[in-house]
Amino acid sequence: MLDHTGFPLEITGETTPMVSFRKVRKSYGALTVLKNLDLDIAEGEMVSIIGPSGSGKTTVLRMLMTLEQIDDGVIYVDGQPLTHMPKQGRLVRANERHLRNRRADIGMCFQHFNLFPHMTALENCMEGPVQVLGLSKAEARDRSEELLELVGMISKKDQRPSRLSGGQQQRVAIARALAMRPKVMLFDEVTSALDPEVIGEVTNVIRKLVSEHNLTMLMVTHQMGFARDISDRVCFFYGGKIEEQGPPAELFGNPQRERTQQFLSAVREAV
Amino acid sequence: MFDWKWDFVWEILPRLLVATGNTLLAAGAGYAIALVLGLVFALAQRTPYRALTFVVREFVEFIRSTPLLLQIFFVFYVGPQFGLRLSPWTSGMIAIGLHYACYLSEVYRGGIESVPRGQWEAATALNMTITQKYRRVIIPQAIPTALSGMGNYLVGILKDTPMLSVIGVAELIHVANSIGSEHYRFLEPITMVGIIFLAISLPAAGLIRLFEGRVRRKLGL
Amino acid sequence: MIIFDFLAQYWPRLLSGTGVTIAQFFLAAVLGIAISLAMGLMKLSQNRILRGAAITYIEIFRGTSLLVQLYWIFFVLPLFGVSIDKFTAGYVAVGMNIGAYGAELVRGGILSVPRGQWEAALAINMSPARRMWRIILPQALVNMLPPWGNLMIELLKGTALVSLISVADLMFQAKQINGSTFLSAQVFGTALVIYYILARFLVTPFMRWLERAMARKLGKV
Repeated sequence: MLDHTGFPLEITGETTPMVSFRKVRKSYGALTVLKNLDLDIAEGEMVSIIGPSGSGKTTVLRMLMTLEQIDDGVIYVDGQPLTHMPKQGRLVRANERHLRNRRADIGMCFQHFNLFPHMTALENCMEGPVQVLGLSKAEARDRSEELLELVGMISKKDQRPSRLSGGQQQRVAIARALAMRPKVMLFDEVTSALDPEVIGEVTNVIRKLVSEHNLTMLMVTHQMGFARDISDRVCFFYGGKIEEQGPPAELFGNPQRERTQQFLSAVREAV
Repeated sequence: MFDWKWDFVWEILPRLLVATGNTLLAAGAGYAIALVLGLVFALAQRTPYRALTFVVREFVEFIRSTPLLLQIFFVFYVGPQFGLRLSPWTSGMIAIGLHYACYLSEVYRGGIESVPRGQWEAATALNMTITQKYRRVIIPQAIPTALSGMGNYLVGILKDTPMLSVIGVAELIHVANSIGSEHYRFLEPITMVGIIFLAISLPAAGLIRLFEGRVRRKLGL
Repeated sequence: MIIFDFLAQYWPRLLSGTGVTIAQFFLAAVLGIAISLAMGLMKLSQNRILRGAAITYIEIFRGTSLLVQLYWIFFVLPLFGVSIDKFTAGYVAVGMNIGAYGAELVRGGILSVPRGQWEAALAINMSPARRMWRIILPQALVNMLPPWGNLMIELLKGTALVSLISVADLMFQAKQINGSTFLSAQVFGTALVIYYILARFLVTPFMRWLERAMARKLGKV
């Protein structure tokens, strides 16, 4: 265990990153999936994570959403520690109360949507605002309908997920996450479970978010073209660490590392 | 039929019908206890406290492996030994409620475990408390899976209420036995009890299936 | 009186009761398995009379209580000139009851064998009886053994009811000892533990072993 006294209680300054991973390590038993990850994401930045399967990409998002506990290091969100909390001048592992407090800044969309099957599209979106944020039903409805409008699902607002296509479900899931007004949005392979012909309807929604909203976004994707189009920065993960990162034009156009070159050419051949 | 006396049937029917009321009451009250206590047992096995999980698991296993009849005697007779007298109804409800709570806790557990992991994760991503996760997301989805087991045990508890006769609860078999020994005729009372049980449990099983279908549709699953 | 003194004094009666319980269990199990097989196959039969008979049997025995069935066999059958001693009445009632539940397991197990197996047996021109016995039943058996494990525990618990017609099983001995000593916690507690040991350390491990042995025989492990 690293000595957590070595980590700042909070990150302050003019350029406080919205998300900061500091020396984060994660293993499952003997298998280390992430070794000493350092990654800062600025406010409003759109960062894509690419890499072969098993490289630890998805784990990065799941740790940030607190779905996985980290073994070492600290994650900060908006300058405040997420995975830990200050106690008597040092950082200790966060309790559920602290996590609940800090999770409010983060929203996530999943590969398999994970909509609540017993609720309509609208009810899915209203659930968090009403139950967790304590909004009135009317407020939550206005907010949810506005977001369903944004993702182009307002006409299906009273349908249950089982009546919706994969692309439609994923758009509702995006609206549901946005309804919580997170500062950071996480997209975990949101197009991987979709039929090819509906991928566009989901990527278009994300494009719209990038151009019209000042959200900080972190996206794991297999769609290189999409990542290249919309990202401010692309990180290539390999073997549990960032092998190479940079603006998309550079990383895709002129990759420096051999592994990056191999990966990108393998992906191009597959297409 | 052989020596079957209809006059006698009509004579004892009112007493049997009153006893039917008691049988239904015992089954209903026992089931209500089991429903709530079963949920407590199921949730206790999902807490992070290993010792609690272990103790509850073993207790459930123990109750499920031993005869209800013996448990009824145990609850009824052990109290007075320590100066605590329980009425037949109270002991009966404790024993049968506890017994079926253990069965129902397994049904609930199966239901809860059938909810995909992604649903828990989505609820976490919406920053729900553990209570909200269960109440709003998990339990509504666990119920359809649990329903058929819950229905089976409702009929099961009804059919086990005759065991309460041994400590003097005036349910069907108890009354039929009294009638039998008063009149030295067991044919009609015991047969009538069988017919009454069939008349309740067969339609009940059908109704439960109907209800299951409706709940499933209502939850859109 | 502490538990060791109690056991020192009463172990012979508890032991003989346990012996009777085990005997009832085995006899009821043999009868129950035979009935399950017969009724399960009859319910799948093309013949409407056979099917109707099986359905009637299953619904009657699952729709009423074991205790009612036991009393009926013990009190009512003699009136029809069928006189059986209480020991026989005990395991016959328990076996017939379990047979109704087992029939559903047999039916489900047979239906779970893939269609291709029936067709393959037909294709090598086996007779229907041979097809069932050589090809379908062995595979059905593997599929239905896990729920049979639970049913065997239910059967063991069911045998406790024979005490109510004065078969001197473990439950009966416990009740007698309690009646003369009022050491309820000791005697009923000991009986509970004995039933638990029989269920958890004899019946369940045996059924698990059988599951594994059958699966191995069919090359499924």
